Amino acid sequence: MGLKRTKLYDMHVKYGGKLIDFGGWELPVQYEGILKEHHMVRQKAGLFDVSHMGEIEIKGQKAEDFIQFMVTNDVKVIKDHQVQYNIMCYPDGGVVDDLIVYRYSPDYYLLVVNASNTDKDFDWIKQNALNAFADLSIENVSDQYSQLALQGPMAQEILQKICNIDLNDLKYFWFEPSVSVAGVDCIVSRTGYTGEDGFEIYMKEQAPLVWEAILKAGGEDVAPIGLGARDTLRFEAKLPLYGQEIDKDINPLEAGLGYFVKLNKEDFIGKDALLAHKEAGDGRVTVQFEMVGKGIPRSHYHVEKNGVNIGWVTTGAFAPTLNKNIGLALIDSKFNENEGEFDIIIRDKKIPARIRQGIFYKRNK
Amino acid sequence: MNIPDELFYTESHEWIRIDGDKGYIGISDYAQHNLGDIVFVELPDIDIEVNAGDQFAVIESVKAVSDVYSPLSGTIIEVNENLEGSPELLNEDPYENYIAVIAFTDISEKEKLMSAEQYEAFCIEEDKK
Repeated sequence: MGLKRTKLYDMHVKYGGKLIDFGGWELPVQYEGILKEHHMVRQKAGLFDVSHMGEIEIKGQKAEDFIQFMVTNDVKVIKDHQVQYNIMCYPDGGVVDDLIVYRYSPDYYLLVVNASNTDKDFDWIKQNALNAFADLSIENVSDQYSQLALQGPMAQEILQKICNIDLNDLKYFWFEPSVSVAGVDCIVSRTGYTGEDGFEIYMKEQAPLVWEAILKAGGEDVAPIGLGARDTLRFEAKLPLYGQEIDKDINPLEAGLGYFVKLNKEDFIGKDALLAHKEAGDGRVTVQFEMVGKGIPRSHYHVEKNGVNIGWVTTGAFAPTLNKNIGLALIDSKFNENEGEFDIIIRDKKIPARIRQGIFYKRNK
Repeated sequence: MNIPDELFYTESHEWIRIDGDKGYIGISDYAQHNLGDIVFVELPDIDIEVNAGDQFAVIESVKAVSDVYSPLSGTIIEVNENLEGSPELLNEDPYENYIAVIAFTDISEKEKLMSAEQYEAFCIEEDKK
């Protein structure tokens, strides 16, 4: 069986995308080059095809209670048309996936999940919709939706030219369920995975038309962006990636995502384990570090202190806008201190690095 | 794809320019294009001895780590230190910007390398895969 293609495949070919196998999908890792694309998004705007993401619809009277039980954040505080970053855990506190939750109403939610976890997430959700929740309508609607992300300081100006709502009224982490973008009906949210201002745009048809309309509206101020830059952008902004910062063996507290874990809300899957972890107070922690010696820290490279293994790099890279080699490491919390030093093992050599706070990218608002 | 005539090439996309009893080693245009943006070069130490086909340097692009192999056997006598501060030079001009210089020990090993014409054909086959 061949690779899966999104509805934008012809656009990737047309614009010279370098197509690769991305978790079973034929998607572009780059067009003109990862660094060039990264800078484009930070300085102007970039357009991404993220149609491989999964979408799961949950409808019914108990939808709110069910989702509250399935996730770590408190969905009861968000209002209709608000969006919330969330995490689903296993009973032991390990992570099933991170996702964003779109609330249409207390009876209707759209969950947007990682492409690589869509089937797993859908099965997990269905398995847990028991008893009081058995009547909920839970549908994997991923095949119905294409998704584009338009990100960067010029994103709003560009999108405003071709949509029928005043984007000034669309605040960060809110969405409008029915917006006409270039004449096509879309969900538009002010969300994204780059650390810049921007929008995620979902449509059931005419995705290539919307893609072309955005590129035309933006002209020199927008460019197609591949998945390579999507990763450098999200990493530089310290946004977590499932499979690196979190996974079934790394719980959200260890990953530094405690802000999204509301241990004082009603019961949810993983709550007891996470409470116990918090009580215990020790264990592992995720720290920010910068390289002191020459070398690029990469995911899964070992971290040593005085020759003893103390953890590993979850994500590390050359950060293009900051122009330095930085990373995140999951280490034994005993060794966590600001300016604390350790070694990253790069090709069997110990290259020094230093723990530092606040070194990741934050955009000027 | 730029493939200068006077150089010899390996199947791992390195080139070598013979200059008396030394050789300048670099990566080809095909290699830099496939690697994408190069962000780090790990140069070899001076005086290390290598056999033809041994890994002697590492090039890192944004997404990947790639080994560089020596086309000939010999001793590394010089490295291009410009690549430490400006790894992107390998993308900008992979033939102007060599990686290292080798004092080779056996010129007959050159017979195992490809000419420009052979390398061009090789790259065309590679792209078909």
